[in-house]
This record gives sequence, structure tokens and C-alpha cells, in this order.
Amino acid sequence: MKKIVKFYMDGFKEMTLGRTLWAIILIKLFILFFVLKLFFFPNLLKKNFSNDKDRGEHVIENFIKSK
Amino acid sequence: MNEIVDLSLIDWSRGQFALTALYHWLFVPLTLGITFILAIMETIYYKTGDPEWKKITRFWMKVFGINFAIGVATGIILEFQFGTNWSYYSWFVGDIFGAPLAIEGIMAFFMESTFIAVMFFGWDKVSKRFHLVSTWLTAIGANLSALWILVANAWMQNPVGMQFNPDTARNEMVNFWDVFLSPLAINKFLHTISSGFVLAGIFIIGISAWFLLKKREVPFAKKSILVAAIFGFISSLFLVTTGDGSARLVAQHQPMKLAAMEGLYEGKNGAGLTALGIFSPTKTDPENDKLHDFIFKIEIPNALSYMIHLDVNAFVPGVKDLLNGNEKEGILATTDKISRGKMAIETLRNYKNALKEGRKDEAFQLKEKFMSKDFQANYFKYFGYGFLTNANDTIPSIPLVFYSFHIMVILGSWFLLFFILSIYFVVNNEIARRRLFLKIAILTIPLVYIAQMAGWTVAEVGRQPWVVQDLLPTVAAVSSISAGSVIVTFWLFALIFTILLIAEVKIMTTQIKIGPKDGGH
Repeated sequence: MKKIVKFYMDGFKEMTLGRTLWAIILIKLFILFFVLKLFFFPNLLKKNFSNDKDRGEHVIENFIKSK
Repeated sequence: MNEIVDLSLIDWSRGQFALTALYHWLFVPLTLGITFILAIMETIYYKTGDPEWKKITRFWMKVFGINFAIGVATGIILEFQFGTNWSYYSWFVGDIFGAPLAIEGIMAFFMESTFIAVMFFGWDKVSKRFHLVSTWLTAIGANLSALWILVANAWMQNPVGMQFNPDTARNEMVNFWDVFLSPLAINKFLHTISSGFVLAGIFIIGISAWFLLKKREVPFAKKSILVAAIFGFISSLFLVTTGDGSARLVAQHQPMKLAAMEGLYEGKNGAGLTALGIFSPTKTDPENDKLHDFIFKIEIPNALSYMIHLDVNAFVPGVKDLLNGNEKEGILATTDKISRGKMAIETLRNYKNALKEGRKDEAFQLKEKFMSKDFQANYFKYFGYGFLTNANDTIPSIPLVFYSFHIMVILGSWFLLFFILSIYFVVNNEIARRRLFLKIAILTIPLVYIAQMAGWTVAEVGRQPWVVQDLLPTVAAVSSISAGSVIVTFWLFALIFTILLIAEVKIMTTQIKIGPKDGGH
């Protein structure tokens, strides 16, 4: 286990270009999960209904509205 | 439903999904293909012990790393959109998508992340054999994780192995293997990954061509071209074979898409294959303004019938046969399908009302009727048509699908020739002198990305108006949200992806200019 941890630690320490790439990945993940997901992309059915039964009912209601 | 859903909401939601999917796909195919090329290069290094091959592998590994880092997680945005913009669709398909996407998540996490770390950190720290195995497993893992999302996409084009539950409004998987091993899923996976292999081959040849034009790293460039060209050539043959299979499956499951791909309006026996064609921007069929007249068309007689049915005289339906029906060929008119779809929705409505009003016996009978084999095969099968009001709504944008398809095919043919020429020039040691060819090789890089985008346009625009073929049209899949919020996020995504793309191009060109060296990651 120690060997594996050391392997990863050394790998990260020796990174050159990898540091820039990791910075891009982390910034991207932050924007995706802490900005877009949180403020712009709620899961509507999860947010608006407390259980699957109500969610299903809502979807069916929308389907059968069609004439 | 058309009357109650704002069409601009549908258009913006579709536009947003298309934008993010296409941007996401700028990164994916290179990863799919380059990982296998890396594995082949490293295998040569392992077998020969020649340090030049190690240098070559490490350089392309760096290019892969840049592409992977910039592209990773861009697909998650599509999942965000499912929950917000497409919540009804998301609910409708939930159970079917859950299993493949969960497997993808686990597989991507364990296989890719573990072995990618060994690939980048493990040079000279783990044994050569273990490093090589890790590179191969990264390639296999990357491609297998694409498998699951493509299985889900294939299910949308040909929904099988499921049962709709009228109590929950969800499709429930009844046979995993029917979903996983549907011919469309297998073909889609093979066609998509081989297109990624072709892209990676062209990418490596194009970059190596740049080194040769600059008279830098000549042995490195020649060796890279040799591996990429042979790999690309074999992949191209595979791409053509799977493309052929794909056309046959489209004819079987999505005949309207095939008719749009070929611009075939009137079905016929011995249908010709349109090799080239240009539509009139204004002149349309007097009976249907969605059918643009051809200004110019080159047709190969009987070839379409042969390609689809392996019979030069077989019947291939055109748009009008699919719209108006063709009794002789057993094709139901779209208006009949709409009536049957409306009957399915009406039965569902009656069932829900009976349940709500406590008429238990009636509800029980209606559910029995809804779930019966006969009703499923003759009415529920056309459920999605019940949301439509006009038969013409089932016609996708014919010019867009037609042109995209033909661009893809023409470019695909060029790529095959390109690989043959690359192999010929490199084997005969002429490649460094063929400066025009080297310039064309660089220009072929954007062309292969265009071909990728065109392919996805055929697949996705061609199946409109369906999100799930015949069962759920876009109009019923979209959430009841404001178009304004979708417009805002559309431009946000456009901005984020453009920044990522600029970052990718900038970092990659900088690293390419530095060229191959022995260490660092």
C-alpha cells in the first residue's frame, strides 16, 4: 500500500505539463459542479417532487394532456 | 402537445444539446484511437528495445494526455441537461439508461484512471511488461467506456428489451442482453470506435507531416506515420464495413432517416444510390414544402437497392411512401400511425382517470388492454406519433441530413486513399520528399473532424422528430421551463467550450513545437 501511495506521490511531484493540465481539470470540475450544476441545472423532477410516485404522475399528466 | 410547448424552447434545448455533444465529441475520438496506437508503438518498443520507439510513444502519450485532460468530464454536461431540459425524456428512459451509464461510470473510473496513472507515472518505475499491459488496458478501458453510452444511444434509435409501465411512465428493462446485444448497438459501437481510430491515424500522420516539412525529427515522424497509416488503413476498411451495416440497419429501423440520407422521395424497385446532389434552396415539391427539388444529381442505378437488400431490384421506400403508406409494400401511412398513437395515449388517459376516480374494475381492464401483446404491437408501438399533429413532422431536415451523409462518405473515401498513399510513400522512403502530400496531410486533420461531426449529424438530426424512435418525440420530451434560461446556458456552454478548445489547441501546438524528448509528463 505504501508503495502505491509513494508511486502516486512521486508521479504527481514530478509532473511538469501535468500540473497545468490538472489545474485545467480542477477549474473545469469546479465550474461544472459548483456553478453550472448548482445554479443552472437542477434535476427538475427531483427538485419539484419528493417521491418517484409523484414524479411518475407528473410525467404521465404531461403525456396525456396531448389531444 | 405542440400547442402547449413553446417551439423556441425545443429549438434552443436541441441546439444546446447539439452544441455540447459536438464539442464533447471533438475530444473523444482522438482518445479512442490514439490509445491503441500508443499501445502498438509501446509494443514495438517492448519487442525491439529500441529507445527511439520509447521516445515516439512518450511524445504521443503526451498529446493523448492533453486531449484527455481537456476533454474529460465535458460529457457530464449532457447528463445535466437530461435532468433539467429533458426531464420527461429522462424519466421515460430512466431504467434503461441507468444500468449502462452506471457500468460506464465504474469502468471509466477504475480502468482508465488506474491504468492511465501507470502509463504516465510508471516509466522506469514499473516493469516494462506491466507498463505495456497498462497502456493496452487504458486503450481497452477508454473504448469500453464509450460502449455503454453508445448502447444507450442505440436503444434510443431502436428501443428493444423493455416494457413501458403505465403506472410509473417509465420503461423498464426486461432483457439486458436484448439492449446490450442489439445489432444496432453492436454496429454503432464498432462504427464509432473505428471512426475514432481513423481520426487518430490521420491526426498522427498530419502532425508527423508537419515535422517532416520542418525537416525536424525525421526518423520519429516516419516511424509514427508508418504505424498510424497501417492502423488507419485497417480501421478505414472496418469503418466502411460497419458503415455499410449501419445503412442496412437504418433501412430496417429508421426508413425515414435513410430516405433523407439519400434524398429519396418516391420509393422504387431498383432504387439508385445518389453519389452527389445539390438541392434547390427555394424550389420544393408542390405537395410538400419539406421536399426540396434537386438542381443536380448523380445517381448509380440500382445501387441503393443492392446496398440495403443485396438485391438490385428490391424495393426501397421513399419519404412519400412512408408518409402516405404503401399497401403493396406493407407500409402504414403516417396518419394511421398518428391515430394509433393517439389511441395509445387515450387508453393511458382513461386508465389514469379510472384509477383517480376509484373505478378499480375499469382501471384493471384498461391496464390489461394496455399491456396486452396486441395493443403493444399495434398501438403502443406508435405511442410517440400520438403527440404529433401533422404527418410532415416526421420528416427530418432533408438537406442537412443528405449533405452531412454525403460529406461523411466522400471524406471517408478520401481517408482510405490517404492511408494507402501514406503507406506507399513511407514504405518507399519517399514521404519526406512529397511536400504537397505532407501539406495535404496537415489539411486532412480538420477534415476528419468535419467527417465526425457530419456522421453524428446524420445519426441525430436524421432521427428527428424522435428522441426515442416512434415512442417519444422531442416535443414530448422537453421540460416545461423557460426558453430564456436555456438560451443563457447555451451561450455559457459555448463560452466554456470555446475556452477549453482554445486551451487544447494552444497547449497542444506548444508541445508539438517542442517536439519529442525523453522525459517529463
